Amino acid sequence: MSAQDSNGYKSGGNLEKVLRGGYFAVTGELGPPQNADGDHIRKKASHLRGVVDAVNITDNQTAVVRMSSLGAAFVAIQEGLEPVMQMTCRDRNRLAMQADFLSAYASGVRNMLALTGDHQSFGNHPTAKNVHDIDSLQLIRMLRDLRDEKKFECGEAIKGQEPRFFIGAAAAPEAGPTEYRPYRLAKKVEAGADFVQTQLVYNVEAFKKFMEVVRQLGLHEKLFILVGVGPLKGPAMARYMRDFVPGITMPDHIIERMENAAANIPKEEKNARNQAWRDEGIKVCIEIIQQVRDIEGVAGVHVMAIEWEEAVRPIVDGAGLLPRPAVD
Amino acid sequence: MIVGEQKPLEEIKGFLDGSQKVLVVGCGTCVTVCFAGGEKEAQILAASLRMSTALTGAPKEVTDVTVQRQCEWEYLDLIKNEVQEADIIVSIACGIGVQAMAKHFPDKWVVPGLNTTFLGLPEEQGIWTEQCQACGNCILALTGGICPIARCSKQLLNGPCGGSEKGLCEVKRIKREHGLPVMQTDARGRKTPVIEDVDCAWHLIHERLKALGKLDMLTQIQPPKDWSTARDGGPRRIVREDLMLLDEG
Repeated sequence: MSAQDSNGYKSGGNLEKVLRGGYFAVTGELGPPQNADGDHIRKKASHLRGVVDAVNITDNQTAVVRMSSLGAAFVAIQEGLEPVMQMTCRDRNRLAMQADFLSAYASGVRNMLALTGDHQSFGNHPTAKNVHDIDSLQLIRMLRDLRDEKKFECGEAIKGQEPRFFIGAAAAPEAGPTEYRPYRLAKKVEAGADFVQTQLVYNVEAFKKFMEVVRQLGLHEKLFILVGVGPLKGPAMARYMRDFVPGITMPDHIIERMENAAANIPKEEKNARNQAWRDEGIKVCIEIIQQVRDIEGVAGVHVMAIEWEEAVRPIVDGAGLLPRPAVD
Repeated sequence: MIVGEQKPLEEIKGFLDGSQKVLVVGCGTCVTVCFAGGEKEAQILAASLRMSTALTGAPKEVTDVTVQRQCEWEYLDLIKNEVQEADIIVSIACGIGVQAMAKHFPDKWVVPGLNTTFLGLPEEQGIWTEQCQACGNCILALTGGICPIARCSKQLLNGPCGGSEKGLCEVKRIKREHGLPVMQTDARGRKTPVIEDVDCAWHLIHERLKALGKLDMLTQIQPPKDWSTARDGGPRRIVREDLMLLDEG
């Protein structure tokens, strides 16, 4: 492990303390609004406070323009949440990224997640020019050098306070070519990642195979692995993920469970059917958490309840992960 | 080679307002090979412009000429008489040819008849694909001869992002003809663009390195690219003093 500051931590943030303390960590996700309304974040924050150790603040996710992850992270801090600020390579070059890192650290952000970023063709400005000046590996290395070498990407020394982040990476264990995925994670470890959050896992058996290679490479001893989980809202969402979302394989038994959940409720009773599906989605999510928790090398879960923050508490509670630890 | 595609006829016609004598200039090199801007295409475009302007009741005098290479001054000298006669030049060379014409004939209005689309190769009869973005700092030795700068939607240098599945990129291509999306009608009667699959360049790189026993190359971290040799460093220039003509005066 690389240089640590005087209190023994790299960043001193809550997520780092929880993970280093040996607790099974829980992170959540908060998508900033497509407007300038800070109350939107405050409302979502109220569902997550005390339920998760840190909250990912997405960066123009799915390439749709939203309040910036930096601005929204600042509001989240005011609301008593610890943000994991997301930074994609799509919208900023290395100058803009480093400028935002300095601003973020000064604003109290202690976790930074390095992502490639969804392609702009999926979002609401599909004719935009993307940046991709550097890629996610190079972004991780840049964050590490800013912190541990106290130097900018160009090699110039930082005079004064350096930004000290707990560095996050993403992994897509089931994306292609799957045999390469553990090795790509190894590259992220070498680049300087402290923790990784995976793409949504529904196919636990496939994830176990990924973890076997991860353990052979010893990666689980070099970074904290948080497994991406998320509640399904219904069978349509399960089928959509199976058919259209790269890097997610959806086992048939989960689709069947979601279909069966409302099988006995008449089609006219839409609310009752929705409720039954959502209850089952939360149940499936809790079971997946329990399954991945037993896999050697898994240090926590990243709960992605997209535009459904209310689901996080029942999931974390149902998985027996409340209350969250307070580490000093 | 440089690959181009003719602009829609309506767009080219729109350039001609206020001009009477139109000269279409083809180019005998790259755009001839890709059937976009050679002698035959110059003749067809000139005929199309003659007919369609006649149909609108304001016929224009449209002639055509094709030079061996529009990007070299000596070939342009050969057509100076034709150029002098014209009010407007429609160059159907690549963007280099259009600019060479404009510079060589400074008192003439020169407009493009092609969209210069990419540096590529004819993958099979009638299909051209992009291979190179002329970034000025070739990395093909690192990637098994497959370029992620030209062929990955995100120009990644350290392996595939999470959007790679079954060898395909999650980013799809809108099928285009003459630069315009090709539309289809879906089951609900809505007009939608025709979408085509694109290979994941990093999947191809992975498979090729695997076949050649060089997968360990993909464990190396590639540092940020020096983009100053690419367009980001401003317009580029090569000077070869060994080739420059000596001033003997």
